[in-house]
Amino acid sequence: MAFYFVQFLTGLASAASLFLVASGLSIIFGVTRIVNFAHGAFYMLGAYVAFSLTERLSGPLGFWGGIVVAALAVAVIGVLVEIVLLRRIYHAPELFQLLGTFGLTLMVEDLVVLIWGPDDLVGRRAPGFKGAVDFFGQNIPSYDLFLIAMGPIVLGVLWLLFQRTRWGILVRAATQDRDMVAALGVNQKWLFTSVFAVGVFLAALGGALQIPRDAVHHAMDLRIIVEVFVVVVIGGLGSILGAFVAAVLVSELNAFGILIFPTISLILVFLVMAVVLVVRPWGLFGRKEAPARRTPGLTVIPWRPLSSVERLASLVALAFAAMLPFIAGNYALTVGAEIAIFVIFAASLHFLMAVGGLASFGHAAYFGLGAYGVAFLAKLAGLPMIACLLLGPLLGAAGAAVFGAFAVQLSGVYFAMLTLAFAQIVWSIAFQWVAVTGGDNGILGLWPEKWAASPSHFYWLALGVSAVVVSVLRLVTFSPFGYALRGMRDSPLRSESIGINGKRIQWTAFIIAGTTAGIGGALFAYLKGSVFPDNMGISLSVDALVMVLLGGVETVPGAIFGAIVYKALNIWLVSQTDWSKLVLGIFIVLIVVVFPKGIVGVVESVMHRRRAVAPKAAALAAKMEGAQ
Amino acid sequence: MKLSVSNLNSHYGPAHILFDIGLEVGEGEVVALLGRNGAGKSTTFRSIVGLVALRDGQIMFEGKDISTAPTHEIVRAGLGYVPEERRIFTDLTVEENLEVGRQKPRPGAPQWTREKLYKLFPNLGEMKNRPGGRMSGGEQQMLTIARTLMGNPSLVLLDEPSEGLSPKIVEQMVDAILTMKKEGVSLVVSEQNLHFAKLISDRAYIIERGRICFAGTMAELDARPDIRDAHLSI
Repeated sequence: MAFYFVQFLTGLASAASLFLVASGLSIIFGVTRIVNFAHGAFYMLGAYVAFSLTERLSGPLGFWGGIVVAALAVAVIGVLVEIVLLRRIYHAPELFQLLGTFGLTLMVEDLVVLIWGPDDLVGRRAPGFKGAVDFFGQNIPSYDLFLIAMGPIVLGVLWLLFQRTRWGILVRAATQDRDMVAALGVNQKWLFTSVFAVGVFLAALGGALQIPRDAVHHAMDLRIIVEVFVVVVIGGLGSILGAFVAAVLVSELNAFGILIFPTISLILVFLVMAVVLVVRPWGLFGRKEAPARRTPGLTVIPWRPLSSVERLASLVALAFAAMLPFIAGNYALTVGAEIAIFVIFAASLHFLMAVGGLASFGHAAYFGLGAYGVAFLAKLAGLPMIACLLLGPLLGAAGAAVFGAFAVQLSGVYFAMLTLAFAQIVWSIAFQWVAVTGGDNGILGLWPEKWAASPSHFYWLALGVSAVVVSVLRLVTFSPFGYALRGMRDSPLRSESIGINGKRIQWTAFIIAGTTAGIGGALFAYLKGSVFPDNMGISLSVDALVMVLLGGVETVPGAIFGAIVYKALNIWLVSQTDWSKLVLGIFIVLIVVVFPKGIVGVVESVMHRRRAVAPKAAALAAKMEGAQ
Repeated sequence: MKLSVSNLNSHYGPAHILFDIGLEVGEGEVVALLGRNGAGKSTTFRSIVGLVALRDGQIMFEGKDISTAPTHEIVRAGLGYVPEERRIFTDLTVEENLEVGRQKPRPGAPQWTREKLYKLFPNLGEMKNRPGGRMSGGEQQMLTIARTLMGNPSLVLLDEPSEGLSPKIVEQMVDAILTMKKEGVSLVVSEQNLHFAKLISDRAYIIERGRICFAGTMAELDARPDIRDAHLSI
């Protein structure tokens, strides 16, 4: 019994940091509508800076002062980020800010290694909390008790801040209606900056407080950010109390999951999150959001099918791509095949995200399912390669059919989070169900048959499939089904009122996207000769998002260019420099600032402006750009 | 001149909404902006306070050019705005709603305090801690006006204050507007209800399809039933 109680207390202690980080994320999202992917990076920076400061400053004052100063210093970095980067992209398409903050995360991950080295750092113990308290023969570190007290204290302070100060009242008002707050004479810019600073301070404090407990390392950002997303979604975005309750819930699930359900410990949290989202789509303490005051169609240049000249140009481009084997070596062909596969993957997400308006954060699940489908068919059933390629993606389709049915009930950020949860569930199954999937060791030895084995043949195969997939998706986009889907994206209410069964259409789109992602995954399995749980991991899902946003989410061919540029750059950077994440991060941030509509988006608006003959129309277009 | 707008053109995306709007408000004057639904009344107000991104023309407020200033600076200069949809912060209490609107006292403009506003709108004083979401339409309308007055404006743009209110509340609105005028606040009130406008205004503009098509005193408007029938009656 005492053991379980101690386990419970350990869970509570972990909840403190999680709550700090999650409440920061929640506050920032509430006011600025930015899902701050870099929140985990700020958490990690907080830990690193606190480590350095507490090493240099002596005595209890040095330790506690170091913790607070570290959090303040990181908050100052946050302010700079907000002013230099985020202010420029508040009006960019939704989720574009996610790309920007993702770029930041990449940069920070490499920067901390540059500054502090790649090894785990073990921080100083907290003065006054070095020992352990005996509880019926079980030891509880006294620092854990300190953390347990910290959670409610911070909750109380935040409550006072939001209920009792003018700043808090303004923040709550802005969470509800930003424009009205401006129309009452409040300078939104500084309100946003201050909110961001407070949010980052909380994240950094959460990180700094972890150093006496856990080693500081350069991957701690990704681990916390996923948990924080889960906490925020379970608790309800924008609710501080919700973040607290959910942080406790998640930490206790982690603490007891290992004891009670060791085989499914990894997915337990995500299962709970999925259940919460299905039962209470806005989280335990969240409220249904008012429909966003967004007028789609104003920023988008109307989509149209390709003209015959453009069709010809695409064919020529494809023909050029097909000539690669005559000029390039085997390495380039393998890279080319990988890029072609990622074009398929990005195009499938683009279809869901841009055409369907459903931004999935867990699209890699279906890519990975396609890969595992091939692996099962080839290894367990011994089917020939063609059959595997044709049937393997069906596993992706099946996964999309099941998860999509739940996911399309939601929209916006909640849809994104539910898809993330599903992807984590799939990943955890692949990781933990060792008997079938081989767990972390994956399934090896999946080599293509002889007809496709040479790099040039496999390249042609990947290129051909990718051309077919992209063309089919494009056809669907401009089919009546595509119109209905876009109708649902732009105005769900009006679409349903003219008799479109919106959820069914979106569900179908989800299955189409999942199946095509599965096709990509199936080819990928043969390209690599193996499948691993990471084929469905979060970083792959994020890669897909980055490709789509980079290319331009409001354009039709954006995903293709995004995939080519991102993948080629990524592969090239990894071969050229040890700091590929840093360079890639800088590149992404620059793209976000310079081309807030993505690469293709910028090209299209330039061409669109040229086409506008009347000078007045051009002037207006230019003004619209400026106004955005 | 308190406020003078000339050659104001506004666009929503590619749609041209306002065409060369011109209007003037004198010190302490109450001016009505009349017109049917969709005529451009709200867009005119939103353009003046800078909530419409695509606007050009000249807007002078107390001798300063505010035509390119951001919204919060325009409001802080003393130009208050009460939107048509009320846009109360529903999660905030009455007191907190008022707090969002509070600005420093401004020399030369009438000063408002909570107590003074509770006297102007006694209903609000009885529900200081009630969340905005749990108030009637009339109470919300009073709260939006009070919230804007907390900024101590010298001129207020009041968008359709009588819309959807019961006759009794409309009477209270008339009293409140006349009190504001007496305190020295200049007002532009947009209205579809000519009767209401007559009770409060010195002068009127009529707007139709984004163009001003009449300007004159209330007496001049009374003398022209043809104009009234052409542009206002339904």
